[in-house]
Amino acid sequence: MALALQTFATVSDANAALKAAGTRYLGGGTLVVRAANEGDISVTGLVRSTDPTLSGITVSGGKVRIGASVTMAAIARHPELGAIAKAARAVGGPAIRNMATVGGNLFAPAPYGDFAVALLALDASVGTNDGEMPIETFLAGRDGNPAIVTSVSFTLPKADSFRFLKVSRVKPKGVSVLSIAAVPEQAGDGTVSSARIALGCMADRPMRACAAEKALIGQKLDPDGIAAALATAGEGTSPITDPIASAWYRTEVLPVHLGRLLLT
Amino acid sequence: MELRKNYFADQRKDGLHEIGQPRPRLDSPGHVTGKTAYFADRNFPGMLHLKMVRSPHHHARIRSIDTSEAEKHPGVVKILTAKDVPHNVYTILILIQIGPEDETVLADGKVRWKGEAVVAVLAETERAAQEAAAKVKVDYEVLPAVFDMEEALKPGAPLVNEYHGQNYYLYDSGECRKVRFGDVEAGFAEADHILEQSYQSSPIEHAPTETTGCVVMPEGNDRFTCYTNTQAMFFTLDNASIILQMPGSKLHFVGGTVGGGFGGKVDVIVEPIAILGAKLTGRPVSFIYSREEEMQISSPRAAEKVVIKDGVMKDGRIVARKVTGYTDAGAYSRHSPYGAQKGAAHYPGPYTIPNVWIDTYCVYTNRTPSSAMRGFGVTIGDFALEVQMDKLARLIGMDPLEFRFINAYRDGDMKAHRQPTEGAALIECMQEASRAANWPVAEKYMAMSSYKKGA
Amino acid sequence: MAKVPIQFTLNGSEKAEFVEGGTTLLHALRDKTGDTSPKGGCHQGTCGACSVIIDGELRLSCLTLAETCSGTDIQTTSGLAEAGVLHPLQRAFLDAFATQCGFCTPGMIMAAKVLLDHTPNPSREDVVEALSGNICRCTGYEPIIQAVLTAARANSQNAA
Repeated sequence: MALALQTFATVSDANAALKAAGTRYLGGGTLVVRAANEGDISVTGLVRSTDPTLSGITVSGGKVRIGASVTMAAIARHPELGAIAKAARAVGGPAIRNMATVGGNLFAPAPYGDFAVALLALDASVGTNDGEMPIETFLAGRDGNPAIVTSVSFTLPKADSFRFLKVSRVKPKGVSVLSIAAVPEQAGDGTVSSARIALGCMADRPMRACAAEKALIGQKLDPDGIAAALATAGEGTSPITDPIASAWYRTEVLPVHLGRLLLT
Repeated sequence: MELRKNYFADQRKDGLHEIGQPRPRLDSPGHVTGKTAYFADRNFPGMLHLKMVRSPHHHARIRSIDTSEAEKHPGVVKILTAKDVPHNVYTILILIQIGPEDETVLADGKVRWKGEAVVAVLAETERAAQEAAAKVKVDYEVLPAVFDMEEALKPGAPLVNEYHGQNYYLYDSGECRKVRFGDVEAGFAEADHILEQSYQSSPIEHAPTETTGCVVMPEGNDRFTCYTNTQAMFFTLDNASIILQMPGSKLHFVGGTVGGGFGGKVDVIVEPIAILGAKLTGRPVSFIYSREEEMQISSPRAAEKVVIKDGVMKDGRIVARKVTGYTDAGAYSRHSPYGAQKGAAHYPGPYTIPNVWIDTYCVYTNRTPSSAMRGFGVTIGDFALEVQMDKLARLIGMDPLEFRFINAYRDGDMKAHRQPTEGAALIECMQEASRAANWPVAEKYMAMSSYKKGA
Repeated sequence: MAKVPIQFTLNGSEKAEFVEGGTTLLHALRDKTGDTSPKGGCHQGTCGACSVIIDGELRLSCLTLAETCSGTDIQTTSGLAEAGVLHPLQRAFLDAFATQCGFCTPGMIMAAKVLLDHTPNPSREDVVEALSGNICRCTGYEPIIQAVLTAARANSQNAA
């Protein structure tokens, strides 16, 4: 059977059509068309929506709302999103960034989904027609998620407090060995008052390094101050093994790269 | 480009018109305009798409194959199993009398590696072929598998390939290819130091940008035109002729432009079954590997293990070298018996050593069959040999480049496999490398020559 | 099987085709319009051999459904030469030996063209980044990078 694509003007109509068995949402195509091309015959129909609310970026009062259809390229070149542009630029090559959407990135299985790692560190909210939910809740339940993601929202970090690193074996870029996003807030004396650290490829989806976050509180971002955080960085991780790297390798190099990121 | 004409100046006539001159490539204008015709650029009305049902197991007996549901699937035109292939058991190198035939075009009773072709589905669209392939039911009895060459050579290991009867290729020289030169044990006895080291490599995929495939057109005159990206046109034609029991005059192969091969497109895999599909349906057939198939199914460079034992003198002379090489053929021979044999010829390296002993084994395991890749049989050996050379130099406290000058082969030296050295240029290459890399060596080495023995 | 009508501009010519639902732009271009310059190397968005320019943006035709391209303006490498005269990028690829097997070349040229359209005087880093989604297994990339830099210089000299 051919793959039928249905296009709807509203998200609610698209949501209704998405309930049919075998139907998947078509964003930029980098996940679902790829699956169909590779012979995933479980995909029997595609749904998309041209709802304009899916495609806007609004920045107001330090709050950011990005429509789910916004591409990585649009985020990377947006004048007010310079603080997080490097996470968007980390995704794919130029062509992929012109196609891959922020909504799709939330569903990308490891080793993909580098931008979702950034969103997790930013404590983003994920919007659907049923309202907003914390990104952690969304990621935990994403496999069974029946509703179209409409937006992500977060507080724009100060330019120097958002840190992001994607490690790949190919330069200038390739598929992730791992990616790390960190938002450490520092008090006037330089000690860390709060920190969110998110990891990519250290599980089947982005996860937080909760033990490392705790170990940073009250510490300075110097080699001694971050030592405890590095020692606990791997806690709770179950890294993927794929042609890029083994789980063992990812576990071994995580503290090295986290250390480099925190000391920059 | 720069030619260093000071080397071999007295051996060369300098009336060269082409060498050293940039010349445009004949194929580039086609490449930059997108006009070069690759096999998949041929598209014929009514073309069928072939998808392969592959073994999910490394080693299993096939109890039964049920294609009845798949045959009813909309768009399916033909389903092929082993019984449809006129001469189903083949081996590529039979054309040069290297047997036995040991590989099935479509699995018959048994699969020996994960990914082995079992059933071919021909349908109107790729999608229909994929959907029908999912409906083919194969009942497997999983058998113990072996993935490690040394495990495979142990008594009691699972037998990978019954056509061989043992897990190694039986050469006319026995269980391995052998080189014997001088008295290696006497050499070790005389040596100041002995160093034995083991080196190993994993399979390497060529990953050409264009995947393996072919398009076959049945012509009105009972012939078949096969547009293919094979790197081995006549090997493929002749093997297809054997497999299909069809005179070669019925087969017209069109190739020449390959979107990257690197040795990965010398096996005869897609063409015979696609031609058979075209013959049995009377329609054009396209069989193109997906990227996943290219990475997982096409033959990689073989995994190798190389054990090198050297005897070396304090003055830098290597006096004995014993090498045992293992080439992992995977489940079938393809080009690996030849690769292992090349290793035997190559292993002393570009060095003159008076006492040499070499054994190279071609071993069968339940891994993806390996085959040719740029310098197969020698590239991994060179890695091992040159790392070993560095270790030997360190062992005797000698500069690694000077150590190589001492042992470098030169014209007239007898190589271990009894070919006198001719046209050697290692000395001169190392001299230029020494200059280019700013790695100075003693003047006596810079005065050496590959062909003037006094120097 | 239901067919879907699509209309678009390909290298300046109007095209109207019927495709099956789910047909990728890559297949539509190759099988329907006969423009085989975009190549299918991976169908996964990894190799870049299928790169085309849609409404001025670099896209992967293998992951783009044809029916989403109705009304767009599509450029491919086969349309780059004008009246038989090679585009400066094509000339530079030829002169710099930036092609070997040639399979990645049309995609590389598309990626390079978008770069030069937006950044006429790119740095080496800009070129490397612009080509980062395109895989070449033959050249080792250096001749390709040099070709793009050479083409940029040729362009700016012509403009001056």
